[in-house]
Amino acid sequence: MGYVAVKGGSDAIENSLELVEFYRIRNSITPIEIEQIKSQLRLAVDKVMGEGGLFTPEYAAIALKQAEGEVFEAAFILRAFRTTLQRRFYSETINTREMFVKRKISASFREIPGGQILGPTRDYSQRIMDTKKASESTADIQNFLQQFESKIDKNTLNSIKTYAKVIDLLREQGLLKPIDKKENKQLLDITREAIKFPAARSARLQMLARAETGGLMAMGYASMRGFGSVHPTVGELRYGSVPVTVKDPSGKLRYIGKIEVTEAEMINGTSSSKKSEAALYTIGYGLCFGQNDTKAICMGILDTTMRNPDSNQPANDQEFVLYHTEGIESMGFTNHLKLPHYVTFQSSLKNVREEVERKKEVVPA
Amino acid sequence: MSNTEDNWLLKVNNLTKIYGHYTENSIINTGPEFNSNICPETGSIVACADINFELYPGEVLGIVGESGSGKSTVVKLLYFDMEQSLGSAFLKPHLNGLANILEESNQKKRWIRNYLMGMVYQNPRDGLNFKFSSGGNIAEKLIMGGNFHVGNIRNRATDLLEKTEVPVLRMDDKPASFSGGMQQRVQISKAIANNPPLLFLDEVTTGLDVSVQAKVLDLIRELQQDLGIAMIVVSHDLSVIRMLTDRTIVMKNGRIVERGLTDQILQDPQHEYSQLLVSSLL
Amino acid sequence: MVENNKYINKYNFAFIDEATKKEIRRKLLKAVAIPGYQVPYSSPEMPIARGWGTGGLHVTLAIIGKTDIFKIIDQGSDASVNACNLRNFVQSMTGVKTTFDTSEATIIQTRHRITEEELNENQIFVYQVPQPEPLRSVERYENKTRQMHGEADYAKMWVSLYEQFVSHGDIMLGAGYPVKVNSRYIMAPSPIPRWDIPNLNLSKALHLFGAGREKRLYAIPPFTKVEPLEFEDIKFHIEDFKGSVCSKTGYKKAFLDEMYYDDGSTNFVINDSNFLDKLFEKEQPIQHENKYINQIAG
Repeated sequence: MGYVAVKGGSDAIENSLELVEFYRIRNSITPIEIEQIKSQLRLAVDKVMGEGGLFTPEYAAIALKQAEGEVFEAAFILRAFRTTLQRRFYSETINTREMFVKRKISASFREIPGGQILGPTRDYSQRIMDTKKASESTADIQNFLQQFESKIDKNTLNSIKTYAKVIDLLREQGLLKPIDKKENKQLLDITREAIKFPAARSARLQMLARAETGGLMAMGYASMRGFGSVHPTVGELRYGSVPVTVKDPSGKLRYIGKIEVTEAEMINGTSSSKKSEAALYTIGYGLCFGQNDTKAICMGILDTTMRNPDSNQPANDQEFVLYHTEGIESMGFTNHLKLPHYVTFQSSLKNVREEVERKKEVVPA
Repeated sequence: MSNTEDNWLLKVNNLTKIYGHYTENSIINTGPEFNSNICPETGSIVACADINFELYPGEVLGIVGESGSGKSTVVKLLYFDMEQSLGSAFLKPHLNGLANILEESNQKKRWIRNYLMGMVYQNPRDGLNFKFSSGGNIAEKLIMGGNFHVGNIRNRATDLLEKTEVPVLRMDDKPASFSGGMQQRVQISKAIANNPPLLFLDEVTTGLDVSVQAKVLDLIRELQQDLGIAMIVVSHDLSVIRMLTDRTIVMKNGRIVERGLTDQILQDPQHEYSQLLVSSLL
Repeated sequence: MVENNKYINKYNFAFIDEATKKEIRRKLLKAVAIPGYQVPYSSPEMPIARGWGTGGLHVTLAIIGKTDIFKIIDQGSDASVNACNLRNFVQSMTGVKTTFDTSEATIIQTRHRITEEELNENQIFVYQVPQPEPLRSVERYENKTRQMHGEADYAKMWVSLYEQFVSHGDIMLGAGYPVKVNSRYIMAPSPIPRWDIPNLNLSKALHLFGAGREKRLYAIPPFTKVEPLEFEDIKFHIEDFKGSVCSKTGYKKAFLDEMYYDDGSTNFVINDSNFLDKLFEKEQPIQHENKYINQIAG
């Protein structure tokens, strides 16, 4: 009945979904466990949480499994999942001075309070392919863990304290530029309202916090290479867990758990607008879920560049940076080109064919 | 027609622009007597202050001074390119001269710019959109003046380009491919497209070759005589002032130091700064 | 497989939570009160990719009720894959009846076409919009285009149309031709072909536009003046199919798809699948009328 096969579209979709499932598992016997993804693909899980905007290693792992490892797709699944959840609280402001630090470094000073703690990083490893990973056994894992545990001194573990920040030192010494009075300090929630430009700093930082790592990396890199105005120093980079508290209906503060974040404070020199004032430092700030040095550092770079929109560089342009590093939107729109556009194209065909006719008549015989 | 109290076209009162934080002392402690625009107390810059004058229909008023005298600032304030710190301005054709145009809404200001004013900048990039063709630039002004007939727009653009001696064949070319002198002519065409009663010319020949300068100045003089437009001509060059203007205002350090008929100022300058300018006239 | 209660998801009717639906409806009311004006909204994430219809879905899911009858088309076709995917989603989240019959539907969601069959005052037409900003092609920056709309400063748009005429001999805009709504705002009607533009003018139905990715909603209330941008002497015109006819029905006065076959032959077929079906079955659907269609012979 009818020219266009009524069921055609639905059948095609069903078949393609079945194929997706087939491709996902056809060469397997053993299903990957969520626990395995959480622990052994930890950094992928961190990236998915960071771009999905939801701290939940378990669901991020499920999303990664569902998406066959595609981080864009998994972050998308997590974002959509987030929308279905009821929002009960805004937490109290997290204080990263309370962080249980797992990694803490500064490029600006040789020694900092508490020392430079490398933590778990591949920064100083050599990227030589380790083929032994292919034949890792359960016994290998257990042996390593046992040996590692035996080296930990419980006393030292229990006496670890929290650390002051490097920028606190600068602030005490009067070297940090006071916050510009004109800066828009409105606290917005980008998941509840659309952003208008120029955007308040809270909106910019929120957008950066869940932006796509690769996009931020490209923009941060561009800024350092001359397409932005900033080449900063890492004041401090921290990774660890921070406690989260909320106020219950009676107004009492309640600890509800902890999340892991990476925080970067990037120090920039600045010029002063008044002769009477010295040129002081500003801080570019970055914070994201999980362990993701690259994202936090680039957030810090771009936080600074976007405060100078007059600089006329791509990395300083708020609209350019924020719109195009939004991973879910970018992926959606670039891929939407695959949707049928034949009506749009037909309309354009008409115009072009008519112009060709018009110009034929004009050409002298 | 004699210039009486009432038939002014433009009246400017106490026009003042100061950059930075200022007090009333900032105005008192700067100016030609101090040889400085910078307030010794606050560091603010008094670009211009206390500017008062009237312009009559069909009249050409010159504003002369060196760089930093504030002459361009006056015109930029009147064309709404920047906001004043103090002062008011009145245009007769707008609400019979009863409304301070500097305080009007953005929409009204745009209407005034489209229908009652024309502006020619020193740098063509400020006055022309280099993404449009030169005809398109003129079309923009005509469209903003309420013309939506392409045939009429092109005819009018053709007329204007002929008047300003720009080859009509180049009407559909972009200004980037034109010489500096021709870019200025396109700017002039655009500025007069809607027959405004008032035209601002801000250092329009500075930066052009001397021979090209002469041609553009000739053109401006002809247009003024043909169309009877009132003009404010800003220049640091007294010879331009001499050629184009009826009356002149001399500015130094943001203030008016002398005013009068152009001929009189050239023959018998009173203020020592005017004397300096005139004596260095080749 | 082990049943695991931990992961059972329960969804609200129409997927979106009630507070968000309320926000969307309020913004839609504002949009209806200011025809053609783009209202920013929260645009919550959906399980459908950005750029694939989230805006249209937001509008549909915010307004749909249990007794609504839902139709969805993509490029004119009910059976197009993306339309099927979205139909399945809406159906599974609401349980409403779905239909291919234009006259039966109460809410019609569309990607880039208006139905050939006339709409009535009981129907709401919901558009999926990729780029809500009609001035984007002449001005990149959102804060500038906002100002341009606020001050009705549309000169740049008009000059770009003039420049097209100068370079090409005509206005070269195809689908998504900009329109002036209620004599005030210039609006992007979504990439519908020029053929459909005249059917927006004084329509009996309510037209709602959702741009999910760009986070804007706008509306044309019934019986609103909608005029394509044109000069006094360079007029808007619809696509001319130069006497081509639908090879299935012989009908001329509808938007046609150009088809190419394996054997090298080509022909045309009516694009609107339901309209085509009805004509093929010798039914007599009432088509939109406007001064441009009426000029076509036959």
